Amino acid sequence: MTRILLPLFVVIPLGAAFLNSLIGKRIKGFSDVLSAIATCALACISIYSVFIFKDTGLIVYKVGGWIPPMGIAMVMDGLTVFMLVTVNLVAFLISIYSISYMEKYTEKWIFYCLFLLMVAGMNGVIISGDLFNLYVFLEIAAIASYALVAFGTEHEELEAAFKYAVMGTVASSFILLGIAFLYSVTSTLNMADMSLEIAKGGSPRIIMLVSVFFLMGFGLKSALVPFHAWLPDAHPSAPAPISAMLSGVLIKSLGIYAIARVFFNVLGTSPQVLSALMILGVLSLIIGGCLALGQWDFKRLLAYSSISQIGYVMLGIGLGTPLGIMGGLFHLFNHSIFKSLLFLNSGAVEYATGTRDLQKMGGLREKMPVTSSTSLIGSMSIAGIPPFNGFWSKLIIIAACVQAHHFAYAVWAVLISLLTLAYFMKVQRYAFFGELKERLSHIKECPFFMKFSMISLAVLCLAGGLLLLPGVFDSFLGAASDAVLAGKDYANVVFVAIR
Amino acid sequence: MTVYFLCLVLFCIGLYCIVRKRNLIKIIIGIAIMEYSVNLFFILIGYKIGGRAPIHSSDQTILNMVDPLPQALVLTAIVIGLAVTALIAAIAIRVYEKYGTFDITKIRKLKG
Amino acid sequence: MKEQQKGMTIIVKTITRLTVGLILLFGIYIVANGHISPGGGFAGGVIIALSFIHIMLAFGKEDAFKKMNQGVASFFESIGAIIFITLASLGIAGGYFFLNFLSKGEPFKLFSSGLIPLYNIAISFKVGAGLFIIVVILMLFKITKEDEKK
Repeated sequence: MTRILLPLFVVIPLGAAFLNSLIGKRIKGFSDVLSAIATCALACISIYSVFIFKDTGLIVYKVGGWIPPMGIAMVMDGLTVFMLVTVNLVAFLISIYSISYMEKYTEKWIFYCLFLLMVAGMNGVIISGDLFNLYVFLEIAAIASYALVAFGTEHEELEAAFKYAVMGTVASSFILLGIAFLYSVTSTLNMADMSLEIAKGGSPRIIMLVSVFFLMGFGLKSALVPFHAWLPDAHPSAPAPISAMLSGVLIKSLGIYAIARVFFNVLGTSPQVLSALMILGVLSLIIGGCLALGQWDFKRLLAYSSISQIGYVMLGIGLGTPLGIMGGLFHLFNHSIFKSLLFLNSGAVEYATGTRDLQKMGGLREKMPVTSSTSLIGSMSIAGIPPFNGFWSKLIIIAACVQAHHFAYAVWAVLISLLTLAYFMKVQRYAFFGELKERLSHIKECPFFMKFSMISLAVLCLAGGLLLLPGVFDSFLGAASDAVLAGKDYANVVFVAIR
Repeated sequence: MTVYFLCLVLFCIGLYCIVRKRNLIKIIIGIAIMEYSVNLFFILIGYKIGGRAPIHSSDQTILNMVDPLPQALVLTAIVIGLAVTALIAAIAIRVYEKYGTFDITKIRKLKG
Repeated sequence: MKEQQKGMTIIVKTITRLTVGLILLFGIYIVANGHISPGGGFAGGVIIALSFIHIMLAFGKEDAFKKMNQGVASFFESIGAIIFITLASLGIAGGYFFLNFLSKGEPFKLFSSGLIPLYNIAISFKVGAGLFIIVVILMLFKITKEDEKK
């Protein structure tokens, strides 16, 4: 009976989104309560599913009772559970935050409707067991995010949304072209079946072409370096909770998860593909870090820093060794937590002072103690200072690079980590320390819901290192990295679980 | 074989339109051409020589049908393309209201 | 005459009065026979939306809003989606999500194949209302040049 969990991840946000659009515009406050309840339920179910997975192993849910590969399947394995906890926990905290933040904008029910659609799309990508189902849910989440970036309809938001939408559509067309080629080779769409067909050999050149298409398409969704140009415009222009959502979970669920699933479990990884992933990761690291140093806009600096940290995750996953994959996935979880925290902080600063320019702020520490202390915790986490969670994950990635004899990459990772510390200290000095400017002397701390989310995320930052303890590690991180490392074995495990 | 090649030529025409044209509306048309070419390619993959349309009928038994699965998938992809085109057109109209021009070289407030 | 200044010419208006009811009926036919012949929810929904858009193009916005205004269309859109999700979730009681639990009947009859005609109807509500609202919003913009050029 616990199999019923899997479709709930898609049904609950979709149902809540459409109920919102029906009733939310007539009754004030209904949409806040409904979306808070829905995301809280999703977060609780996702944490419950960690325990279910520890007992029962891999679960396959046959939609409609049709047996895969004839029917659609939803698969829950270690990587799925890991990503579900990440996405739903952050979505719940951001939904609480936006109860007070979105008062400035009109039409809150439209915001919650699109937000819940985006959460439904991301959950659907993660639990999908078919390649085309993954594409459909990816499009749902992406279209909702194009609309959310343009939510305030000011000059910059519209320009950023147009750029993001055009580039995202090009990427989706490449993904669909890749799926078409894969279908012509394997004549099935189920991911487990497809990996068995590809393993039989047959057409290596088409598989290489498909790898390139998928790398371009999913690489754009996850903002790897040649395809990153939409991110520094789209993430700052969105309202703060949406920036946190986009930078915190969307580029990971649509991009990194899809790359890990498709390349490791379906297509099979050759050394060329892994070294391509690693090179793209290191380029993202370097370019994101260097460009972030010169920014004076708070959110644009955080956006470039996102590109840099996703480079770390890609470097970890691209190594292909158990330590590397585990480090990459751990850094993915940590980055969701502390980048969402930092974006929510920037939203609180903008809510209070009305500006994002670092040179116009100063000395906010006296007036906004909660915001400044949580942002100090977030900055120290992302810079990799012990004992916060960022330190552990960066240490594991660098150790994995050294273990795999890629010394140049390890040196670059350490250097860029120091650079990260430098530009976050710049943010702290200009925004929070220093003296209070004249025109800012009347600001006050942000409302209760915003404080609640920021403090919760800061507590998770502090407690993140506990995920490496032996008891907790096996069921959460260990299961995720085992699922990725299993590679082609995914297919056999899925077919065993179907019977 | 030439049919697939012509589909990919159509894809490249759409991509050229998105990359090189300066008017917002021409970029939207380029997106539409690119999406339709991918849908066309997907349907052509399911073609069997001498097959007929995959619709059951009550008075004949059909033996040789083309593959129906790509047709169902392309139906979904067409709807997705419609939704994206509608959204991008609405954004483009509002951009025109704010900036006063459709030329993308003049819509450059975000830099750095 | 005042009628000629709003909307299109009188030939278009006469033909519209004659054909728009048939277009709506044809759309409903395609939705209802979605499980027997090609078509189904999406194609039928587009044709139903087109009949309302036809009135708007030929006669102008005010007459179209008398037949179907934005509030009603928005209501239909949400109802269509909620019916779809409810029908899909009802299958959970029977064992699987999306299970087809009504009786399947014999092939090629109108009342056969379980839940699929109901899914078609729900989809046609959503698609029809959604497309109508999209076209209304795209046509409601009056494009005026902004004075400040950036």
